[in-house]
Amino acid sequence: MSALLEVSGVSVSFDGFKAINNLSFHIGMAEMRAIIGPNGAGKTTFMDIITGKTRPDEGRVIWGERSVSLLAMSEAKIAQAGVSRKFQRPTVFEDQTVFDNLLLALKNERSPIAALFYRRSKPDDNRVRDVAEKIGLADSLARKSGELSHGQKQWLEIGMLLAQDPLLLLVDEPAAGMTPEEREHTTNILVEAAKTRAVIVVEHDMEFVRRLNCKVTVLHAGSVLAEGSLDHVTKNQDVIDVYLGR
Amino acid sequence: MQRSFFYRNPSVLVFLACLAVFTLVVTTLSEGAGVGLISTSMIKTLGKTLCLSLVAVAMDLVWGYCGILSLGHFAFFGLGGYMIGMWLMYERTRDVVFASLANVEIPPTDQEIVAAIGNKIFGVVGSSDFPLIWAFSHSLPLQLMLVVLVPGLLALIFGWLAFRSRVTGVYLSILTQAMTLALALYLFQNDSGLRGNNGLSGLQNLPGAEAIPQSVVSLWFLWASALALGLGYLLAAWVVSGKFGSVIRAIRDDEARVRFLGYSVESYKLFVFVLTAAIAGIAGALYYPQAGIINPAEVTPIASIYLAVWVAIGGRGRLYGAAIGAAFVSLASTWFTGGQVPSVFLGFYTIDWVDWWQVLLGLSFVLVTLFAPKGLGGLIDLFLGVVRPNRHGADLGPGKGSLQEREATK
Repeated sequence: MSALLEVSGVSVSFDGFKAINNLSFHIGMAEMRAIIGPNGAGKTTFMDIITGKTRPDEGRVIWGERSVSLLAMSEAKIAQAGVSRKFQRPTVFEDQTVFDNLLLALKNERSPIAALFYRRSKPDDNRVRDVAEKIGLADSLARKSGELSHGQKQWLEIGMLLAQDPLLLLVDEPAAGMTPEEREHTTNILVEAAKTRAVIVVEHDMEFVRRLNCKVTVLHAGSVLAEGSLDHVTKNQDVIDVYLGR
Repeated sequence: MQRSFFYRNPSVLVFLACLAVFTLVVTTLSEGAGVGLISTSMIKTLGKTLCLSLVAVAMDLVWGYCGILSLGHFAFFGLGGYMIGMWLMYERTRDVVFASLANVEIPPTDQEIVAAIGNKIFGVVGSSDFPLIWAFSHSLPLQLMLVVLVPGLLALIFGWLAFRSRVTGVYLSILTQAMTLALALYLFQNDSGLRGNNGLSGLQNLPGAEAIPQSVVSLWFLWASALALGLGYLLAAWVVSGKFGSVIRAIRDDEARVRFLGYSVESYKLFVFVLTAAIAGIAGALYYPQAGIINPAEVTPIASIYLAVWVAIGGRGRLYGAAIGAAFVSLASTWFTGGQVPSVFLGFYTIDWVDWWQVLLGLSFVLVTLFAPKGLGGLIDLFLGVVRPNRHGADLGPGKGSLQEREATK
């Protein structure tokens, strides 16, 4: 299987503190991956590097079939190339309707001129409706997204990722603050998405990771500590030390 | 499937209708074309007010919608005024020079005429040569183009530098203040080529229209200002109504999120910044011929701060709010500072409104910010009975429909 994203030998330090230390990682075209690790393991920094928010001091980040480097690209360009990211705290545009939020994310020409002369079309409306259907917000399209509950906002943000039609989804703690039923639904959305694209989920909650039923990468002190199935990594002595030794 | 623009934005039609009715009523009551209830100076004040409303609409676009608190938009307004002022002054001085040279026995050469005009214009700053920036001042079409191009270009260069280095928030506001202050200080110099602190004057006299009384000319400018405000409002409403508006409001609320959605935030900001600078330039070009004079004091930082105050009092994030705010506050300012408001005797102290107006304005700005963030525009919501749910703040529970923090405390 060819790799969609290949991160090799990446390091980054903030004021002498090595947040990421010689980290290597790769993920295939249609694969689900969970990343776990204690606080300060470098999970968020890892996502920041992929999405272009943080520039690494050294290392390579190679993307896609044509093997382009993501390091020279701006956040917007990386997003256009097919990387979409969900933040830990749900960030949706609360002043705008669910429909507008999804339309904003919908894969389309992104330039100001194109947006200025954009006219809504039937196909676009249908795509928005499709996504809304998937995330269970089809009845709430006309509502302001600020009115949604916490769980619904999380879904809306996942929906905004899906609307971008990305090749890779980076999802940071999607199940935080959700009820058991909401978690169930979230799991289904992510598993469904992973059938056609790569999904990286950062999560603290082992139960949730178990339900995703996928390969797990354990990060510690900025590099990969262990990789494999959840059962495999939880038996790993290093992982036990890191998690329980604190 | 898609409703018409006006159907989706009824407030645009209401605003344009109000503007048309206002213009008609003022015209019929004017000295120049009606019963003469409104004096010519009042017509000029009203015309100027419309220009201020237009620049406030631009400010609302850049601040209320895109979230860029620019405290330098009066620089663009002033530049627009200077551009049109150069032509007005050149043409009128040329007429004067021609008239004075008409009786000379030997017809003057072109150089002599230009030298005489230069002497008349720049004598006040001890010079008589035309600086390079006056190269187009003989041509109305070229100067009219400069009304848009000069503010637009300044905004483009400034915005490109500022947005590219991701300067945001209060730092950007300070930077825009520095820009307008630098421009003012430059213009104050005698060798800036724009007559230093004398500024450009006599702009109320239209070249070639000396025979037409000011009462009529003032009406022309009122109509032109109303037309510009109407068109500018329409343009701004169109810009914010569609997907572009959705993107810039998203930028206002969470810039980083928009970036990760794949939008180049910088180009959107730059687009809005340049567009509003051009609108401000046009507003200034209509304002200063009615004011009659422009000098560098007009582009000092305080002017741009007033602009932000108007928009805040009017209600930002809605275009008519900005227009109403600018009109209301600037008319109130004219009234209070005109000495027509009776002083208040407190026995031990007399409140003279010419001095105390600014205190009152500052106080109302603070009160509006604290207690009525929607400003005057919020009154219209109140009138229409629109209640917007306010569900910002942390949720109290993960369940669907759980109350938000602020709702629960009400």
